[in-house]
Amino acid sequence: MSSKTYKPGSYPDLPPPAGTVGVYGWIKMNLFSSISNSLLTILSFVLLYYLIDGIIGWFFLDAVFDADSKIECRKINDGACWAVITRRVGQFVYGFYPDAERWRIDISFLTMFIAFAPLLYPDLPKRKWLLWFSGIYPIMAFILINGGILGLSKIEYNLFGGFMLTVILGVSGIVCSLPIGILLALGRQSKLTVVRTLSVCFIEFMRGVPLITLLFVASSMLNYFMPPGTNFSILVRVIIMFTFFSAAYIAEVIRGGIQAIPKGQYEAADALGMNYWQKTRFITLPQALKISIPGIVNTFIGLYKDTTLVVVIGLLDPLGIGRAALADTKWNGLSTETYLFVALFFFVSCFAMSRYSLWLENKLNTDNK
Amino acid sequence: MVKNKNKSSKPVIEIKEMHKWFGAFHVLKNISLGVNQGERIVICGPSGSGKSTLIRCINRLEVHQRGDIIVNDVELTGDLKNLEAIRSDVGMVFQSFNLFPHLTVLENCTLAPIWVKGLPKKEANELAMELLKRVKIPEQALKFPGQLSGGQQQRVAIARSLCMQPKIMLFDEPTSALDPEMIKEVLDTMIELAETGMTMLVVTHEMGFAKKVADSVIFMDEGEIIEQNDPKNFFNNPKNDRTKLFLSQILNH
Repeated sequence: MSSKTYKPGSYPDLPPPAGTVGVYGWIKMNLFSSISNSLLTILSFVLLYYLIDGIIGWFFLDAVFDADSKIECRKINDGACWAVITRRVGQFVYGFYPDAERWRIDISFLTMFIAFAPLLYPDLPKRKWLLWFSGIYPIMAFILINGGILGLSKIEYNLFGGFMLTVILGVSGIVCSLPIGILLALGRQSKLTVVRTLSVCFIEFMRGVPLITLLFVASSMLNYFMPPGTNFSILVRVIIMFTFFSAAYIAEVIRGGIQAIPKGQYEAADALGMNYWQKTRFITLPQALKISIPGIVNTFIGLYKDTTLVVVIGLLDPLGIGRAALADTKWNGLSTETYLFVALFFFVSCFAMSRYSLWLENKLNTDNK
Repeated sequence: MVKNKNKSSKPVIEIKEMHKWFGAFHVLKNISLGVNQGERIVICGPSGSGKSTLIRCINRLEVHQRGDIIVNDVELTGDLKNLEAIRSDVGMVFQSFNLFPHLTVLENCTLAPIWVKGLPKKEANELAMELLKRVKIPEQALKFPGQLSGGQQQRVAIARSLCMQPKIMLFDEPTSALDPEMIKEVLDTMIELAETGMTMLVVTHEMGFAKKVADSVIFMDEGEIIEQNDPKNFFNNPKNDRTKLFLSQILNH
């Protein structure tokens, strides 16, 4: 078959042998390449069938979505008792924010996506206009959520809780810690001794102390350091601590990125007559940040999940709300359902961040576009 | 040989008794060199002889410790204002291209003219396209450096330097990192540049280029200028033994 002769230089491109490419080729190569492999494949499928069958049964088919208590749940069916969630979903989402004012949270949350869109997607049409909105969004959200002016009633911080609290802490921490982290990373590389020393001290201190300690400091001690009369709310103090803590980590991640840039890049920029800030803005940071994306997002995800630690200083994040629900005699013992629900919320948020970072890495990869 | 009609007797670079150390290591010893406007100088020598360091001192990528370097009547000192002025007058092409990988070819060329020289974006784009045409790759303007071949990247690097409209061009082994079949396209670009009357200092082992273009060839060894002569005399009757040895090593293979 392959004995056909061609003149040198005229050998044609032949298709690959049958059964080595495409879906069929993949199945054959990966699942049924030998007898033992075929047996393992079949066994795995059987096991998967029983596993998935059980999971779907417990989660959906045999689950109870509405009941007054755990005992009633059990009377109806023997799957998951999601009633503990559905009856308290308001608390899980809004904490103890007054019912009549919850629309303020809804608007802040939905408009947050509009505010983030131009920052996250550089190719968005009308981006310049949307960026204006991103600029005023923090003020708008603060007024909406906090109230106290423009006829909005003031809501005390101790009513904040649930997913809304997680999102407020996580998003503020993430948004504030990136620029501070960048400045710290540049400061640590600076030729100015004072700037470098201050950056190093800050980074090493923040990284060397457990976050939980910082939160206790925020909740009890920080007011002693402030001038008398100032009274930062506990929420602002906690956000500051989260911001500083993750800024220190981000600074180190970005420093790694900066150090990965070849020396030739700076020499080329020098040779073109660029000054320090031009080099930093156009050469160093775009490349360093691109290299650091996985590490930065890693830190963000860590920060987002660490917001659950606020439970130790008495703020009711979703875990706190969940524990309150479990303490209720009606729902006693439904910890699987409660914690799975909270876990799902965190997983969805963190998975979204992780996918976005992959997308961004791909988009910024200029080598094989 | 390309006849040089552009050479004048006005010195643009003057190096006087210049010394440089890396730590305790004396890399450049008592270098004195004058380069006139429009002059093309090729510097060769074994590796470690200090030839790259010498041209990197001319735009102060390396700092010399003793002696004077005067470029375009400005003395090279620690003064940042002087330095930026000199650097926008002196273009440099590196062995490893050093293009900015996150910017397109066109952006590579316009970045410094826009931000360092304050050229309006439109003018910078026009200038860059004109120079990319000169190095014969205008069709690659919107690609990223990583998508180009080595030879193309080096031609972009030359265009990027020329966009600053320098008076002097330094070439630090521009063809050493290239695959053999791409060396010619870069050398051709450099020869064309030489024909426009650009003052050029070229560190290279391409002796064909030296014979064709150089007004003067310098041989360096162990941090010293051993011999300087016009190409004809340099290649046909080198005076110093070390020059003879070096030439025999690179020409007879």
